[in-house]
Amino acid sequence: MGSTTGFLEVTRRERGYEPPSSRLKTWREFVLPLPPPELERQASRCMSCGIPFCHTGCPVNNLIPDWNDLTYRGDWRSALDVLHSTNNFPEFTGRVCPAPCEAACTLNINEAPVTIKTIECQIVDRGWEEGWISPQTPLAATGKSVAIVGSGPAGLACAQQLARAGHAVSVFEKNDRIGGLLRYGIPDFKMEKTLIDRRLDQMAAEGVSFHPSVHVGVDVSVADLLSQYDSIVLAGGAERPRDLDLPEHSLDGVHFAMDFLTQQNKRVAGDPESAAAPAGIISARDKHVVVIGGGDTGSDCIGTANRQGAASVTQLEIMPEPPVHENKALTWPNWPLKLRTSSSQEEGCERDFAVATRRAIGAEGRIEALECARLEWTRGPDGRLVMTEVEGGGFTLRADLVLLAMGFIGPHPEGVLEQAGVALDARGAVAANTEDYSTSRDRIFACGDMRRGQSLVVWAIREGRQCARAVDLALMGTSDLPR
Amino acid sequence: MPAAPGLQGLYDPRNEHDSCGVGFVANIKGRKSHEVISAGLEILVNLDHRGAVGADPLVGDGAGCLIQIPDRIFRDWARGAGVDLPASGDYAVAMCFLPRQEAARDTAIGQFEHFIRVEGQILLGWREVPVDTTGLGEAVLAQMPVIRQAIIARGPKISDQDAFERKILAIRKQTQNPLPALAERYGLPDLTDFYMPSCSSRTVVYKGLLLAPQVGTFYRDLTDPRAESALAMVHQRFSTNTFPSWKLAHPYRFIAHNGEINTVRGNANWMNARRRTLESELLGPDLDKMWPLLHPTDSDTAKLDNALELLLAGGYPLAHAMMMLIPEAWAGNPLMDPDRRAFYEYHAALMEPWDGPAAIAFTDGRQIGATLDRNGLRPARFVITDQDHVIMASEVGVLSIPEERILRKWRLQPGKMLLIDMEAGRIIEDEEIKHSLAQAQPYAEWLAATQFKLEDLPEPPLWDPAGANSPSDLLDRQQAFGYTQEDIAVFLEPMSRTGEDPIGSMGTDTPLAVLSRRPRLLYDYFKQNFAQVTNPPIDPIREELVMSLVSMIGPRPNLLGRQAGTHKRLEVSQPVLTNGDLEKIRAISDLLDGAFRTVTLDATWPAAAGVEGLESALDALCAAATDAVLADMNILILSDRAVSADRIPIPAALATAAVHHRLIRQGLRMQTGLVVETGEAREVHHFCVLAGFGAEAINPYLVLETLESLGYDRPGGAKTLTKNYVKAVGKGILKVMSKMGISTYQSYCGAQIFDAVGLSSAFVDRYFTGAVSLIEGAGLTDIASECVRRHRDAYGDAPLYRNMLDVGGIYGFRVRGEEHAWTPEAVASLQHAVRGNLPDEYASFARSINDQNRRLLTLRGLMDFKWAETPIPLEEVEPASEIVKRFSTGAMSFGSISREAHTTLAIAMNRIGGRSNTGEGGEEADRYKPLPNGDSMRSAIKQVASGRFGVTAEYLVNADDLQIKMAQGAKPGEGGQLPGDKVDANIARVRHATPGVGLISPPPHHDIYSIEDLAQLIHDLKNVNPSSRVSVKLVSEVGVGTVAAGVAKCRADHVTISGFEGGTGASPLTSLTHAGSPWEIGLAETQQTLLLNGLRSRICVQVDGGLRTGRDVAVGALLGADEFGFATAPLIAAGCIMMRKCHLNTCPVGVATQDPVLRARFTGQPEHVINYLFFVAEELRQIMAQLGLRTVREMIGRVDRLDARAALDHWKASGVDLSRVLHQAPAGHALGLWNSERQNHGLEGALDHRFIAEAQDALAGGAPAVITATVRNVNRSLGAMLSGEIARRFGHQGLADGAIELKLTGTAGQSLGAFLARGVTVELTGDANDYVGKSLSGGRIIVRAPKEARRDPTANIIVGNTVLYGAIAGEAYFEGVAGERFAVRNSGAIAVVEGLGDHGCEYMTGGVVVVLGETGRNFAAGMSGGVAYVYDPDGKFPALCNSAMVSLEPIAPANGEIDDEAPKLEAPSVWDSGMGDPLRFDAERLRGLVARHHRHTGSARAAALLANWDLALTRFVKVIPNDYRNALLRARRPAPHAVAAE
Repeated sequence: MGSTTGFLEVTRRERGYEPPSSRLKTWREFVLPLPPPELERQASRCMSCGIPFCHTGCPVNNLIPDWNDLTYRGDWRSALDVLHSTNNFPEFTGRVCPAPCEAACTLNINEAPVTIKTIECQIVDRGWEEGWISPQTPLAATGKSVAIVGSGPAGLACAQQLARAGHAVSVFEKNDRIGGLLRYGIPDFKMEKTLIDRRLDQMAAEGVSFHPSVHVGVDVSVADLLSQYDSIVLAGGAERPRDLDLPEHSLDGVHFAMDFLTQQNKRVAGDPESAAAPAGIISARDKHVVVIGGGDTGSDCIGTANRQGAASVTQLEIMPEPPVHENKALTWPNWPLKLRTSSSQEEGCERDFAVATRRAIGAEGRIEALECARLEWTRGPDGRLVMTEVEGGGFTLRADLVLLAMGFIGPHPEGVLEQAGVALDARGAVAANTEDYSTSRDRIFACGDMRRGQSLVVWAIREGRQCARAVDLALMGTSDLPR
Repeated sequence: MPAAPGLQGLYDPRNEHDSCGVGFVANIKGRKSHEVISAGLEILVNLDHRGAVGADPLVGDGAGCLIQIPDRIFRDWARGAGVDLPASGDYAVAMCFLPRQEAARDTAIGQFEHFIRVEGQILLGWREVPVDTTGLGEAVLAQMPVIRQAIIARGPKISDQDAFERKILAIRKQTQNPLPALAERYGLPDLTDFYMPSCSSRTVVYKGLLLAPQVGTFYRDLTDPRAESALAMVHQRFSTNTFPSWKLAHPYRFIAHNGEINTVRGNANWMNARRRTLESELLGPDLDKMWPLLHPTDSDTAKLDNALELLLAGGYPLAHAMMMLIPEAWAGNPLMDPDRRAFYEYHAALMEPWDGPAAIAFTDGRQIGATLDRNGLRPARFVITDQDHVIMASEVGVLSIPEERILRKWRLQPGKMLLIDMEAGRIIEDEEIKHSLAQAQPYAEWLAATQFKLEDLPEPPLWDPAGANSPSDLLDRQQAFGYTQEDIAVFLEPMSRTGEDPIGSMGTDTPLAVLSRRPRLLYDYFKQNFAQVTNPPIDPIREELVMSLVSMIGPRPNLLGRQAGTHKRLEVSQPVLTNGDLEKIRAISDLLDGAFRTVTLDATWPAAAGVEGLESALDALCAAATDAVLADMNILILSDRAVSADRIPIPAALATAAVHHRLIRQGLRMQTGLVVETGEAREVHHFCVLAGFGAEAINPYLVLETLESLGYDRPGGAKTLTKNYVKAVGKGILKVMSKMGISTYQSYCGAQIFDAVGLSSAFVDRYFTGAVSLIEGAGLTDIASECVRRHRDAYGDAPLYRNMLDVGGIYGFRVRGEEHAWTPEAVASLQHAVRGNLPDEYASFARSINDQNRRLLTLRGLMDFKWAETPIPLEEVEPASEIVKRFSTGAMSFGSISREAHTTLAIAMNRIGGRSNTGEGGEEADRYKPLPNGDSMRSAIKQVASGRFGVTAEYLVNADDLQIKMAQGAKPGEGGQLPGDKVDANIARVRHATPGVGLISPPPHHDIYSIEDLAQLIHDLKNVNPSSRVSVKLVSEVGVGTVAAGVAKCRADHVTISGFEGGTGASPLTSLTHAGSPWEIGLAETQQTLLLNGLRSRICVQVDGGLRTGRDVAVGALLGADEFGFATAPLIAAGCIMMRKCHLNTCPVGVATQDPVLRARFTGQPEHVINYLFFVAEELRQIMAQLGLRTVREMIGRVDRLDARAALDHWKASGVDLSRVLHQAPAGHALGLWNSERQNHGLEGALDHRFIAEAQDALAGGAPAVITATVRNVNRSLGAMLSGEIARRFGHQGLADGAIELKLTGTAGQSLGAFLARGVTVELTGDANDYVGKSLSGGRIIVRAPKEARRDPTANIIVGNTVLYGAIAGEAYFEGVAGERFAVRNSGAIAVVEGLGDHGCEYMTGGVVVVLGETGRNFAAGMSGGVAYVYDPDGKFPALCNSAMVSLEPIAPANGEIDDEAPKLEAPSVWDSGMGDPLRFDAERLRGLVARHHRHTGSARAAALLANWDLALTRFVKVIPNDYRNALLRARRPAPHAVAAE
């Protein structure tokens, strides 16, 4: 630990944002990095706790105190090594992770946590700038081959680990570009896509071969893969969106968030509209937009809608408004439920809580408004929350574009999963445990959202890494890959 | 009383310790008389309280008396037997304890007679020794041997008496050595009972399993008026254990001693290793008949006696031999005469010191003397009378001699010798003996010619440090030796930056090495031993003068080669070698003309051979070592430099110990030096293990290379880092040595002061012979697998290790690192559980700790419960509210934790009827009064630790338990330090210290150097607060059960056994992780030993150190605990998050900090702690229901309900065997397995009862009382009970000055005026023993020489050692000289004394000491407060003063200015001594004190000084601590913001 009293002397300072006025004009990232000396000062706030709660608060178990200390001492390069030892893609998590580590930070008990996410992000960004990040080719090839289905964070992390262990890895992606949700789910203003590209270059140099636009289960069968590869890893995500059981659902102007976001990402990537929106343009321009669902995807819709020039954006959340401050005595170091405002929400939107959507109202096949009901949540005898509609609490909300961002319920059961014939669990995800990640089918493994159900990028990376070790172990009998 | 049980369960008879009272009477002129013997017997009787009795009050630990052969008795016997007795001196008397069994006895006698005949001596006959068994207990009689004396005449071929002595030694050795083998061969087990207390032509020993007064009545010879002797050496034994035997009584043939030999394991090894190097012209072929010289089963005294015997037989004069065995601290003593230093230095190569603490009386029948170990840790007082008698004893006053007959009263000083040469008829003083011995040979010249210091040798040419290995594979090699990132960040980096062994806090919660799933270094299996109770640890910093890291490399000369001076010797000033140093050794044959010949032996094995390769590699290494020695190579370097992708390093400790023991067994070890060149050693502990198993020097080349790689951009570069690192290791080794009370590297080397925890005994016996392993565990194959794993990780392809080291995770939690009990989830669940009162959350916490299937962390995890066939309903189990009364919280000082945290624990424990513990550091008096809401912040347990901070009579009487902290789990054997920034005004007030000045707790209690001292402190505490239980806190290590038995015999009511997992506010990581053993082992050993001794029912046993759940408590109860202590867990319940930053004062949750900003963040509530303890109790109840046991009492000691299960598919723990831990010892006592009785403290006889009765009026605030009494040395703790009474009624404030006066005459026993309260004056005319004014709490003590004495007070001792230890307030005036360690840890008392011994004013934090006579060495060591004035007319004082923390100043004359800060005539209150501003008014203060001294004592020295005051003033030196002065100056200056406001 560098500074024993850093936390008493330095106050928390986060990366800033460009003001909404300017950032709304572009699709670029708008986060303003801290000057390196300030970042090092921020790192000095880390107390190198005897039990670093951040370290297990972080799903990939980042060695946070260790790289904080190195950063404080100005040894960014060693910090980068330590960072990479647990996380294949810190530049992704450094941008889009909600940072449960910071919630778990010991300073969060009675102070402001260390700016862990900022430090992580700036270490790796600097690593790229300085050219410190280069391919890590394996010393020897094992002669084994692995097919990975899906190129989201789980698939990529898994692929990189396996390639580094010396296996021949092929990544199959049904979309035209590699990256999964990273590529098309997350708007560029949250994470620019060149970040993915340069990682892919590194991975390609490490021996990973990428196969975009190959839809396993459609373009190639699972049986074919099994005949060509020693193992298959299913990392296709949990893409089935939760739908709204709504009368008049079929009105034009009601869309799943992902359809809306994908279009825009392709557009930003330079695709012509024909490629970006083959099924028709979904635009928020001059529209009154209602986003249903209060999560991260909802926020991405808000940010995108505002950038497209929406007339207004309203976000509806079925759950009640959480408290501004959590009861830390009973929650810390766990991820607390509390009112959070995302940068996209800051850019302009109305938020309404404890609201249920009852009916879509439209004319000429187009949505015009939503009929909503206000809810009251109470705790039932078993301790669970129960909702009841508030009498007379119905209202109507103008809506030209409704974006459904209520989460994902699991992987699509047809296609690859059907072909693979793997057992599913009660939630419809692929049944596999987190020890060996193996499915009910021999030689087939599953990880990421496809196994776990909808989750965070950082969890996907964790599963990809752990699954890689499980595959390696199954192939080789032993594994040097870390869990 | 049962016969001594053998090895069973965890009980091992080897662990017994003795200590005791010792004394002698001798006539200087050698005039024999019966009176001398009578006087000796009287001494014994008066030392009675220093001995011990066990479960049976009729059985003591043994006593005895050595006298010159009473010729008249034997002449009369010869006449009666018709034997022609030759002249005195031409016959020997063999005192024989013969077997009771007849066949064995006949064989024994036959054996003895055979060798007498073979050796050409003449057996004149056997004499039945007349005994009177009246008054002996049945048990004693049952063991009584047949006691006869064999009278042997000198054979015709023997030239003189000395030759005769040598011959009978050869006879005795030949007779006794084969007894065990013969016993087996003839099927006569009793044959081994044959024992000769003495066998000499000069002396005879009468001893036995007798109480002190019985020695004279039992042996009728001793009271026979015909018995005449010029000397009588007597001894009364106090053994920690109660299996005393007839032969273990002292005196031995030459010595009797008080204290013990810490290094005895190593000393014995080294002695036996001499077989091939030992030759003696005098003994000739007889020498070969004497092997083995020492027997492993002998006591430390017996071994020392044997070693002395050998030296004497080899021709060394008695004093010379004693100086070799127990040398003074010569290495760091600039004041020592160079010739004498040369003497010691020369002999250091011949004999490694037998390190005390010991006072040893010795005699060969012609001379008698006594010597004290270098630390002077045992008392030895002597008087010389005008009738030529010298009386020496552990105490003064053991004989009543009229004062006017006493010419001199003095004491033995550290390292000094008293010798009476009765043939020459005079006393030879230390100076003279040593001077003459030092001059006897040209030692300095010999040294100059033969001694080479490595530092002085030239660097060998062209040494390329990178030669063997390229720097590029540094990482691989680091990994092959198991380096982790923590090794760099936690050890190497800080050590090389600061030169200190790094500090950590909280406890260890990682698994034992054998339970770890990770490969661990072999060092981790060895737990350091440490001193507790039976001998004191040393403070290696403040008492550096006795410490030495000097190591000697290479062959040792012939111990008995007296005409030496030709043997070349190589020395290093410390044992850590740089690469350059090592190259010098490698090239030494060229450098020193072939005197040394070095060979480097490869300590690696081929990776291709895998796990199986290690054993043959070790065999090959040992064989190569033997060959090399036989080929005349005399320095062996064991090197693992050859490590590579193809070669695996042998663990350095294993290579070292294997070679060391192989060479010892072959008798070759003394012919060669052993140096280790290893990449493995990096932590202090590693060096200690290597040293402990025989490494004379160690080159940690990989550390040096690592530092090189770190050092490029550091100021000073790698060179400075290396220097600092070596310094840090040296300091660390000193600390580890000193924990065991060992002073020199030479005697630590090979001393094997470790417990092996989790290694198989087959493995240990083979390679680490003599080390103790209790629970079995990993063997050679497992150790080899660990090496192979590390090697594979290093040279394999693991991506994680490609460019970095493993995380480690021992010192901080890491997911991929070592397991911890306290995980983030465990802490979170526990905190959520107690804050929300959520049983489910607690259950999930308990599961995470108890679920050992996944994470095997502790030994208790390997235990299963044997459930009842039918559980009982939960309602029938005693309620949780009853169970929690058995709970207490751990000792955490107010100082280490905040007031908020401290009071939260106290309130919680008081609410539930449990007990909280003050820790060391006092308690604010406001906490003694209950709060308006009925809560109480008073800690029920008041700790008495070595610093004695805030230990006043008031503090002590406000306790239910008084806990003497002998050791602490996290840092046994070490002191503590509260840094100045944690000492705020409040802490300072409670500790009676100065704000901002750091406080040091010494490693030892300076009033407990031995077991009988502990008995004395317990007696003191019982006197001041008779209603409180007295508890002794011990830490688990091998032998703790024996110490616990000793503690029970000291009449403690309660003993705590702490596991090594226990926490701390600050401790060197070396101690935190490597000292002490699991509580399961210590508790089980304690229970078993107490049961075997029949002592279990008398003492309450508590366990603590890492208890976390109800399951832990259940295991503790079944293993034998009555009560349970928790510390870390309740602290976590109150908000601690295991930051492990307590030592930095930056605790972010306000627990372990005094920073007001951080303290404000504390959110803990008593309810949280209460909820936690009730959860634990409820969990326990469920286990009890399953076990079918209704109460905790029914559970205690039921080891039969525990089962050891196999370590679930664990690769190395599968060998662990808990059968010794789970051994059910037979209850030696009908009263059961738990604490059901009370101790008899023997307070009825205290004179204080009379004092209290006579002072009733004064105690009620009425008329002053003046009470007179005559006292003797058996009247101990005078004034303590009276002071307790005052404190109970009036608090620390006490009574008005002069309220009670005790006018005493005679010699006071130990602890005169202990805790003396304000308002009491003790005025003693006579003298006093040790511990006068201990924890003086405001009273006044005056000791003055009797008028009839004609002695010069400044040259005679009047009070003993350790006077005013921990004194808080009050005054003391001593007309005479005090012993060693005067006013140690004085916090505020005023004292005037006319001379004192070594270590005066050590650790003093307040008060004023005036010394009107000579001082000893090391004055003011660790002194951080108060002032001293020393009269120094000759200017000798600066050399005697330890100026590390203090400045010396002249005294400015009075300038007439007087203000409020000037000294007052009288103390205004118990808080203010009236001494004024310590930075001013020195002349006024000093004069006032000298005048008071004169007024109270009539001192002639004071009168003389006052008569010529202006001159006298110029001859005084003021001693003032630097920090103290700075703090006072800071306090005087207005605070900066106040200035700004003006």
